[in-house]
Parts: sequence; C-alpha cells; structure tokens
Amino acid sequence: MARAKKIDKIKELMWKPEYIRNMGIVAHIDHGKTTLSDNLLAGAGMISEELAGQQLYLDFDEQEQERGITINAANVSMVHEYEGKEYLINLIDTPGHVDFGGDVTRAMRAVDGVIVVVDAVEGVMPQTETVLRQALKENVKPTLFVNKVDRLIRELELTPQQMQERLVKVITEVNKLIKAMRPDKYSEWRIDVADGSVAFGSALYNWAVSVPAQKVTGIGFKEVYEYLKEGKVKELAKKSPLYRVVLDMVIRHLPSPIEAQRERIGVIWKGDINSEVGQAMVRCDPKGPIALMITKIVVEPQAGEIAVGRLFSGTLKPGQELFIVDRKSKNRIQTVGLYMGPRRVEVDEVPAGNIVALIGLRDAVAGSTCSNIEDFTPFESIKHYSEPVVTMAIEAKNPRDLPKLIEVLRKIAKEDPTLHITLNEETGEHLISGMGELHLEVKVERIRRDYNLEVITSPPIVVFRETVTATSPVVEGKSPNKHNRFYILVEPLPEKVIQLFKEGEVDMKMDKKERRRKLQEAGLTGEEAAGAEEYFEGNLFCDVTKGIQYLNETMELILEGFREAMRAGPLAREPCMGIKVKLVDCKLHEDAVHRGPAQVIPAVRSAIFAAILQAQPTLLEPYQKVFITVPQEMMGAVTREIQGRRGQVLEMKTEGDMVTVIAKAPVKEMFGFAGAIRGATSGKAIWSTEHAGFEIVPQNLLNDFVMEVRKRKGLKLEIPKPEDFVGL
Amino acid sequence: MLIFVGLGLWDVEDISLKGLKTVKDADEVYAEFYTSKISTSVEDMERFFGREIRVLERSDLEERSSILVDRAREGDVVILVPGDPMVATTHSAIRLEAEKRGVKTRIIHGASITSAVCGLTGLHNYRFGKSATVSWHTSKTPVDVINANREIDAHTLLFLDLHPEPMKIKDAVEKLSEVDAKVTELFGVGIARAGSNEVVVKCDRLSELRKYNFGEPLHILVVLAKTLHFMECECLMEFASAPSEIGEMVR
Repeated sequence: MARAKKIDKIKELMWKPEYIRNMGIVAHIDHGKTTLSDNLLAGAGMISEELAGQQLYLDFDEQEQERGITINAANVSMVHEYEGKEYLINLIDTPGHVDFGGDVTRAMRAVDGVIVVVDAVEGVMPQTETVLRQALKENVKPTLFVNKVDRLIRELELTPQQMQERLVKVITEVNKLIKAMRPDKYSEWRIDVADGSVAFGSALYNWAVSVPAQKVTGIGFKEVYEYLKEGKVKELAKKSPLYRVVLDMVIRHLPSPIEAQRERIGVIWKGDINSEVGQAMVRCDPKGPIALMITKIVVEPQAGEIAVGRLFSGTLKPGQELFIVDRKSKNRIQTVGLYMGPRRVEVDEVPAGNIVALIGLRDAVAGSTCSNIEDFTPFESIKHYSEPVVTMAIEAKNPRDLPKLIEVLRKIAKEDPTLHITLNEETGEHLISGMGELHLEVKVERIRRDYNLEVITSPPIVVFRETVTATSPVVEGKSPNKHNRFYILVEPLPEKVIQLFKEGEVDMKMDKKERRRKLQEAGLTGEEAAGAEEYFEGNLFCDVTKGIQYLNETMELILEGFREAMRAGPLAREPCMGIKVKLVDCKLHEDAVHRGPAQVIPAVRSAIFAAILQAQPTLLEPYQKVFITVPQEMMGAVTREIQGRRGQVLEMKTEGDMVTVIAKAPVKEMFGFAGAIRGATSGKAIWSTEHAGFEIVPQNLLNDFVMEVRKRKGLKLEIPKPEDFVGL
Repeated sequence: MLIFVGLGLWDVEDISLKGLKTVKDADEVYAEFYTSKISTSVEDMERFFGREIRVLERSDLEERSSILVDRAREGDVVILVPGDPMVATTHSAIRLEAEKRGVKTRIIHGASITSAVCGLTGLHNYRFGKSATVSWHTSKTPVDVINANREIDAHTLLFLDLHPEPMKIKDAVEKLSEVDAKVTELFGVGIARAGSNEVVVKCDRLSELRKYNFGEPLHILVVLAKTLHFMECECLMEFASAPSEIGEMVR
C-alpha cells in the first residue's frame, strides 16, 4: 500500500471504533516483545519484512538497541484485514523492565487489551507476573503469545508430546493469575487453546499457529514439528505467518473501544458515570465533550514536545482550547496527529476511541487529564506500583551548561513522571531520583547522547523513608504569631490502609461512606476513617476534631503543612512513609489574615515533626528481590555475594544442572552488584531484580544511616529534639 | 520596659506628644510596618525623631521575639506600630511573653482606623459588628462575617490585605464576589488615605464602588447594615456623596 493511500485508510478507520483495537504487548525482559512488535508491523506492511526481526523498530532509542530492552513506550499503528474487513490496530509498546514500571502502568490506561508474551523455554517469569497483574488491575483483557517455541525442539529436543505439556503449563500459569486477580472475569478472559485466545510461534522466525488459524492454513503442532525438524522455517513462515495469526487473534479476542469503554470507564474514571460526559465516554461518542488522558510526552527533534494519549470522548481539532485539569491550566492544540507505523502524521481531526498525538499542550505531563470542561473529574491519579528509591546528584561538566542542564532535566522529568528532580538547597546540586540504578543510568546516558550534554554524576544513593513505630503524645503546635494552635499526634499507619490507596481501592474523590467503610475494615477507627482528609505518598492525615469554626477554609493550609512534613521528615529530611497524622483539636484566630499560609503551614509542620520525634522514629530502606540463575557449582559464590550484602536467601530451585537463587537484599547494598556477580561467577549468572518494598533498618545501623544522610545534606550532625520544633 | 507606641493614621506627625517624648527618651527604637503602613519614610522618621530606627521583619516579632524581650529587660525598648498598637491583635503575643518573663510593658496609644472610620463616615460606633480582613488568599470568612453582621443589623468593617501589595477597594470587591456574587448588590462605604489631606469617602453599592476611582492605598471598606439610623444616613449623604436610595434604609 502506498503511503498516501495508507493515510487515507487510517483516516477512514479512525471514525469506525468497532474496527479499532488499542492494545499493548507486555512481557518479561528478553522474551521477545520488541521482535514481535516489529514483525507485526512488517507483516502489516508498515516496515520492510527483511528488516524486521533484525532491526528492532520500536527500539528507536539508540541506547535501547544497545541494551536490547525497550525503554520508552512508543506508539505505532497498523491496518490489518480480517474476514474481509479492515481494522486499525494501535499498538503501544511497553517496557518490560520493572525499573520502568511507571511507563507500563500508564500505557495500560490507554489500551483495552494486551498480548502477554512468554518465552516457551523460560515460562512465566516474575516480571511477566508483575506486568500481567498491572493489566488485569486496569481491567485490560489479556491474550497470550507463547514465543520461541522453536527452541523447545531445537535446543531442548522435546518430543511433540513433551512440547505440548510445556505449553499447557504456561497457559495454566497465566490462567491461575487471571483467576486470582479477576475471579469476576475469569470465565470470559480465561486463555483457551480451543477458542484461539493463545497463539504459539517464533517472533524472530516470523511464524505462529493457533487453533482457529489451523482450520484455514492446515498448519498445526504436528506440522510445525515436521517443518522445524526439516529446517523449513521460511516455508512455515509463508504458510502460517506470524502477523496474520497474531493480529487475527487480537481482532477476535480484544475488545473494540466501543465494547471496552462501556466496561472500563467505571474502573478508570471516578466521576459521575450518569453525567453527560460520563455517558459520552461510555458510548465512545465523538460528539460528546472532550475527555482525553495523556499517557506519554515524547520529544521529537523538529516538532518538540508531543503529548500522546487516549481520547475517550469528543473529537480533537487544531485550534481547540483544552483545560489541563490536573495542572489547572488551559492550552491550545496546534496540531492533531495519529500514528502510521512508527511515524506521526498530522490530520484534520481525530474522534473518540483513538490514540492521538498532539502538539500545543505544553503544560500536560504523562498522566494528565484534558477536557473542554473546566471542572472535569480527572482520571484517577495513575497508580504507581513502584516508588523512587535511588537518587544521584548530577551536574554539568562545564558550569556554563547549567541552564541547559536545568532545561534538559525539566524535559526528561516531563517525559517520565517516575523520575523526580529536586534541587538540594544547601549544596545547589540537582538530584535525580528514580526506580533503580539502571533507570537512572539510562536517563543519564540519554542526557549525554540525545542532548549532547556532558554531565558528572555522584554514585547512586538510596532514598530512605522516615516512619514511626509508636504513638506520640498530643503535641501543641503554635503558629509564629502565637494566635493559632494545632493539637496533633502521629502513629503508625496500618499497611492495609496504604495498600488500599496504592491500589486505587480508596481515594479522596470516592463516595465518603464507602471510603469510611473500607478504611475501617483496614484498621482505622470510625472517627479516623470518617476524618480522612488526605493521603500523601504512604501517609494519611485524619481530622478528628468536631465543629471547629473556620477549620474548613483553613484545612487546605493544614494539609500543605502535612505534605511539607511528609516530603522531608525530621530525622534526615527524607520522605516520610507509613505515618498517620491526627489533628485532635485546634484553635484558630477569628480573622483569615492571621491564619494565612505563613502561620498555619509552619505550625502544622513543626507539630508533626515534634510528634514524630516522640513516636520512636526510625528509617525504612528499600529492598530488592534478586533472582539469580547459575550453574550449580557456582551456588556458593552467589550465596556469599548475597550474604555479604545483608541479603537473605529465600528460596533455591534446581532445574537440571542450573539453580535459581531467590534472595532479598537492601538496595543500598546492591549497588555495584552487576560487576560483583559477574566477577564471582565468570559472567555465567543470569539475574534480574524486582522492587520488594521497604523494611525497617537494623536498629544498630539507624544512627549511622541518619548521620550519613544528614552529613550528605549538610545538616547538623545530631538527631533533632522535639523542643527544636515546638516550645515544650 | 517594652513600650508599644502607636504612630496613628497617616504620617509621622500623627504620633501623640507622649509617644514622641517616649521615642526620644528610649534606649532603642524599632518599628514594624507589616501590620500597616504610614506615608513617612523611615529616613524622614529618623530625622524627625533624631533617633536611629531599626525596622523589624515579621519573624523578628514572631520567631525571634525572645531577643526583643531580652533587650527590653536591659533598657527601654520602643516598638513603633502604625495606628493603635494592639488593634491588629498580633502584638499581644510578644506583650504576653514579656510580662510572663517579668519584663514590664506599656502601650502609648495612637489613632486607629477603627475609630477614624466612624468619624469619616458618620456611622455609629455602636452599630458595628465583627470585623474581618479581605485577603489575597481567598477566604469565605469576610462574606460569612458580613452576613452574620447583617443578621443582627450591624455594619462590617473590612480591613484590606497588605501583602504582597496593599489591596484596593476594587480588588476587595472582586475577592468578595468570588465567594458570593450577590455581595456586590450591598451598600458600602469606601475610604482611602484616612488621616491625610486627600481623604476620599464614598458610599454606594459595592458594584459601583468597584468602578470608583479612590486613588492610591491605603483603602478600607465598610459594608452597611440592613438599616441606617437617620443621622448615619444624613452623614453619608453629606460626607460620602451617598446616592439618595439609601434613604430607604432608614428604619
């Protein structure tokens, strides 16, 4: 198909949502996701067939190619014919490494279905589980592609019988996850060989089979076995090409925007579903108000910042003004585009149900909600499954480049909201915090390469969390003018409550009664549950006062004081986590000007600090789960390496002469592990890590860690006392 | 001793004779201009008093109040405050702290806008309810106070925020209408530069006052009660060019 014709085709199909599929591909690292994407694109005539499988098209970051992992989700679209009708398939590529979990979750919001790719030899891996869980949570329907099936025959030399057993095992494991996560959807979403919701094949060699496809091509497992044994892979790929089998599966099993939005709007949007815009989204109505969720900001050298997102309702045109609801600002759309293959093409308008690329929304960030209605309820804040745990200082090699560095940091933070950029006020250094050592390395490489900026970075530093282990007495915080008093206590926040907020089961926009019930079930008292005012990064503020005049209009300032305290706690100015802050009583000045921000915020913050210091404060440190596969004789070296890092071996699985060690260790001790394990095992270890939450630091190390951080931040080398914050 | 000296309304000459004498005799002279302002510059005040004046930040009087109290234990420390020192309420904290720590305090009063308003408008002191400040930071309080006062048929004195810049009457009406647009239908009296030779006093609906040119700050605003005493009404017509409709408000 010629380029111009292809554009016309896409322009025609974008108006027929029943012929659109918005999907993603998720997989454990190296299970072949990018190869699959490329071969689908090639099959659909979007890139040349010879190139696919070698030139990883979606890995257009030079750096990604080197690392062989897809780092940034990119959007591509293709046209595919199924049963005589043409379909527009939008494919959002998602990263497989958990260090980039933020990108994955965001992409899940924009798609209605996913292909889960699993390596036939390795089976379901921890990260397969993580990403599949994310998909299920967002009500995204899965289909399965079992990749590298040829390896079963060529490398493991399995018989057809053993091969089938192996494949059934993969399906069973995936189904187990679906059943556990979505019992309500299991009968509908279950992966079933017979109905073709799973395909088997080789993305690299460009062939695939499924039961429905077999009825047309006559190629089943028996034939695959024979073709492969005879080395006739090319012929196999001709007879039963990958793209046809897989894209047919997508069209058959993944929902169109019309079907998906009918069900998903209630899950991903907390506004009134019966309102005009709610119903317009449910209907995927191009004539409705505009409801757009930005999933990613990409930077094109010529065009600048492009906001890519999913349009749930309305029609976008250049010149429209949109409210960036979460930023409380208004931007004008300059151009509206779609993707054709990997390229962005500008069009006159794009209706609901599509993935769009917009220029002009300069205030939007990944996760932003945009609408032509000013008070549109934002799509709930996107849930992140991982929090920034590692930080490094970054500076320009040439001090003259400082303004450029600031600009570049702003840009990359906008592209990737899991990246936090802060300025260390004491030292003037810029700090970048992210999900892991690799995540930060990748971003720094990008600054060097894409922006051509020489930078110097400090070794990575772990980000602790400050928490409490007991209940404090009630602390009185006075405003600087002494005319306002706040009575506050802190205590540990039950883990279950944090979980509810993190998973989006509870948020501050939901029905109050429902929230109260859930919070109470999770361990809060009725009074605390009813008074929950704000959840902030693992901490909760509860107002348990009754009938205090003017408290209502002062609350936002009180909460700002709370947030300030939680952003940097009293022990070492590290973020707080797992703290419940209770406002027990307060006395306010009659006049608003005497209880303004300059009075209320410091009063609340100091009271919280003094309370934390009297509630047996301690630090939490991030842990990683480490999965290391080595030949058996090297197991000793591995366990030594783990134990030397305050690690703990949790499990060992032997398979043939290989052993997989599953261990847990503090991230702080894991820096430089890559080099150490390579040395210890002569490069024979295959390993991956996963974020494993936070744990309290050992008591005997607490003081050292606090001082280490305080020293780095240029703070006084002693733990503050409550009276430093409130006159006792 | 810690002595609060009121500077009065407009310029340095509004200080009382007793205040002037106290400043001249003091060991140390400080001033604060964050609760209100006067039109004389600090340099001119220093020349007028023949004394060096150190200007205090809010934090000097709030977070670092103990330093001033300590100085006052050693000698007579004067803090110059525009208007009448304790009207803004905030200095009661340092006075209390001083007395509790055994340092004597004294107040030398100055003229306050709260009483000047009665004089300039003819409104009766007896008929004012609670007052409130209209702040740049949006608050519902002033509108609540206006409504509560009107319930008991009382006038409302509205102070206008000073930070980051002095608020004008038009800004104040704008702020109030953000909370409740109906407020602009009420009658009010705007006053600009009380105590000066160019004082402006104008009575009308707030929607009209918003358009009226009051000139430079400082401004203050009164929102009228539901009814007026006949004397108040006559004064407003005479002193504040009130429209004749306010005659209907006389009870």
